[in-house]
Amino acid sequence: MPVTKTLRNGAWRVVELITTPVVPTDYLDVIAPLRNPHVLRARVEAVHRETDNAVTLELRPGRGWLPHQPGQYVRLGVDVDGIRLWRAYSVSSAAGHPAGWISVTVNAVRDGVVSSYLRDNARKGMVVHLDLPAGDFVVPRERPAKSLFITAGSGITPVMGMLRSLIHELSDAVVVHSARTPEDVVFGADLRALAEQGKIRLVERHTATDGRLKPADLDELVPDLFERETWACGPGEMLDAMTEHWAEAGVAERLHVERFRPTVLVAGEGGTVTFEKSGTTIESPGGVTILDAGEASGQLMPSGCRMGICYKCVLPMREGIVRDVRDGQVTTAVEGDNVLVQTCISAAAGPCHFDF
Amino acid sequence: MTTLQRQEVNPIGHLTAEDIESIGRELDAMRDEVLAVRGERDAAYIRKVIKVQRSLEMSSRAVLLFSIFPPAWIVGTAGLSVAKILENMEVGHNILHGQYDFMRDPKIHSTKWEWDHVTPAAQWKHSHNELHHKYTNVIGKDNDLGYGIMRVDENQKWHPFFLAQPLWNFINALFFEYGIAAYDLELGRNLKSKKKRSNPEFVANVKAVGRKIRRQVLKDYIIHPALSGPSFLHTIAANFTANIVRNVWSHSVIMCGHFPNGVSTFERSSIKGETRGEWYLRQMLGSANISGSKLMHIMTGNLSHQIEHHLFPDLPASRYAEVAVKVRALFEKYDLPYVTGPLPVQVASAWAKVIRLSFPNRKPARAVDPARPPRPQVAAEPVSVSV
Ligand SMILES: Cc1cc2nc3c(=O)[nH]c(=O)nc-3n(C[C@H](O)[C@H](O)[C@H](O)COP(=O)(O)OP(=O)(O)OC[C@H]3O[C@@H](n4cnc5c(N)ncnc54)[C@H](O)[C@@H]3O)c2cc1C
Ligand code: FES
Repeated sequence: MPVTKTLRNGAWRVVELITTPVVPTDYLDVIAPLRNPHVLRARVEAVHRETDNAVTLELRPGRGWLPHQPGQYVRLGVDVDGIRLWRAYSVSSAAGHPAGWISVTVNAVRDGVVSSYLRDNARKGMVVHLDLPAGDFVVPRERPAKSLFITAGSGITPVMGMLRSLIHELSDAVVVHSARTPEDVVFGADLRALAEQGKIRLVERHTATDGRLKPADLDELVPDLFERETWACGPGEMLDAMTEHWAEAGVAERLHVERFRPTVLVAGEGGTVTFEKSGTTIESPGGVTILDAGEASGQLMPSGCRMGICYKCVLPMREGIVRDVRDGQVTTAVEGDNVLVQTCISAAAGPCHFDF
Repeated sequence: MTTLQRQEVNPIGHLTAEDIESIGRELDAMRDEVLAVRGERDAAYIRKVIKVQRSLEMSSRAVLLFSIFPPAWIVGTAGLSVAKILENMEVGHNILHGQYDFMRDPKIHSTKWEWDHVTPAAQWKHSHNELHHKYTNVIGKDNDLGYGIMRVDENQKWHPFFLAQPLWNFINALFFEYGIAAYDLELGRNLKSKKKRSNPEFVANVKAVGRKIRRQVLKDYIIHPALSGPSFLHTIAANFTANIVRNVWSHSVIMCGHFPNGVSTFERSSIKGETRGEWYLRQMLGSANISGSKLMHIMTGNLSHQIEHHLFPDLPASRYAEVAVKVRALFEKYDLPYVTGPLPVQVASAWAKVIRLSFPNRKPARAVDPARPPRPQVAAEPVSVSV
């Protein structure tokens, strides 16, 4: 109805004027953080300890959430020591929860800021920020007759999400899972139960005693390896080896991999800086600020005080690593982070991509 | 140090170049100390202040729906005045400085924040963060000094126009937010010639201010009064009063920052090739604090720690109190005047200066030769007459 729509819009505009200069939902946030349609958040409804190092968080997403496909991940924005940090976590629960809840399972990595924080501090009632589900590590609508899942460590999480959602549609599924010891197997009980019920064939590998899984081992463990549609998730080296193995067999398209750690950022001196919107790429030495380097290359850069106090020069860094020239502090961004960086006091410490 | 002090006694005459650089290093170290602990506490603090401010504003506006009843008018107006002050000072000013950008929360980020003020955040950030904070107290560069319409220094040429400057200053205090908008637009300079008037950037800025004013006026003088039905006129009066209270308050606080006796101003030529240590020193000598209770600091947006704010404009303001202890010790160590005093005293001192400078000088001011500064007087006879 155009009339009611016009009325609604008009009424909304009045509400906006009531709260200007902030938007009405900013006030709503004070009382109902999950109701904000512009900022997706989730409340932690329960926390389960899976192993010494892993916890599962049951999340109730707020307004604006869209259901995921099994195998996809969500990005969680968690405030750690006052700083919002975004990390991707695969959905480990079955799709189609009646109230739209999802679970993620976080395995704390050594010195991991977010993962250790969640392991130690996640509590019922905590509110985290959320992005819509993403990723193409999914099972196609036409389910494969034979499937294989190769996982290691926390790499089991997206696969667990798939198994929990689709197991009745996967008639012949093999799971090869590696963990350090039997106790370290995240979802160990669930996997073993599925195996006992005959729903999957489970191969558990304990690397502390059996050593790491090599592609050659797979030929033995799963003789019809290359006939199976395969999903693999685990450490980078394992996935690299698998990718090579499948490519050699000429069936690269059968293998789908999910990497938890797409780029390893190590702070160096200087780097290639890409301004994506303007399509400029420059070499930015470690001792020169990105602002200076950008300008020297003819790029029109926003700037103000040029000494780190006015914040006029901030640009969103989509991906990359920079160092504060004043105190040496390193800031990193991975795909999707869009960390705002003051270019006048930041030097490249590796390749950087700016959404600018 | 090339700074030529426009004062009878050069407050830095006794410092060597090496002293100045070590002051810079000590201040950098203080900054690093705060950065090392900055985190959850600061995030929680600003979120709490925002929450208190929004709750206070909502409830005051709700009370004002019944402003036809005098008690409701008084309570609502008082609440709204405080809410507006908090919004501009402890919340808006500090967020727009990027003090909380470290949180990476787009809702509390200097690039996203908009405030309850007729000047759009973007324009204010330009004139305030880029110009005033960089060129603090440099005559001709820092327009915060007298906002371009006042005589702020003995050496500035007197003109009969300045006789009325106490009046300008008073009017500016009442309508301070409009004064700031005009100042951010650099109206005085930009209206001078036709070319400047039609400069597209200026035109766009004027339009942005126009839009902001329209929204602010609609909100305070039409929408909220209309919502209060029979209390329409009373709510208009309440909102008007709250805006005036907020304006006078922020004007007073800001006047105390750089105007009271004992604060130095600097020549344009003095900042050529300024080192980091010299920049710090200029901030130290060009600012004045207000002493008072914790509540006082919050209500001034911690601009009561103007000195610390000018040294570290992007550190969370709630950290200034703890930094101030160390900063003050540094002032003492290097025998520098730390100008501070209670609000009424500082306001009076600033007003006295405005009035004094509205008249011609009694005796010609004498600039100090930086090459031969009068040395030990400073210790015996501090220029920091914090009255
Ligand atoms: C698509 C996708 C899905 C993911 N799903 C899950 C999941 O379901 N469960 C889960 O626990 N994690 C998952 N991750 C990894 C997760 O996003 C974080 O990278 C991980 O939790 C570490 O973050 P952190 O802040 O704790 O570590 P950081 O503080 O960022 O890093 C600390 C140290 O650990 C190293 N490190 C970073 N990431 C990893 C990693 N993945 N493995 C080993 N070392 C690392 C860093 O190089 C650094 O030395 C996924 C990642 C991606 C890209
Ligand atoms: S230009 Fe002012 S902070 Fe970078």
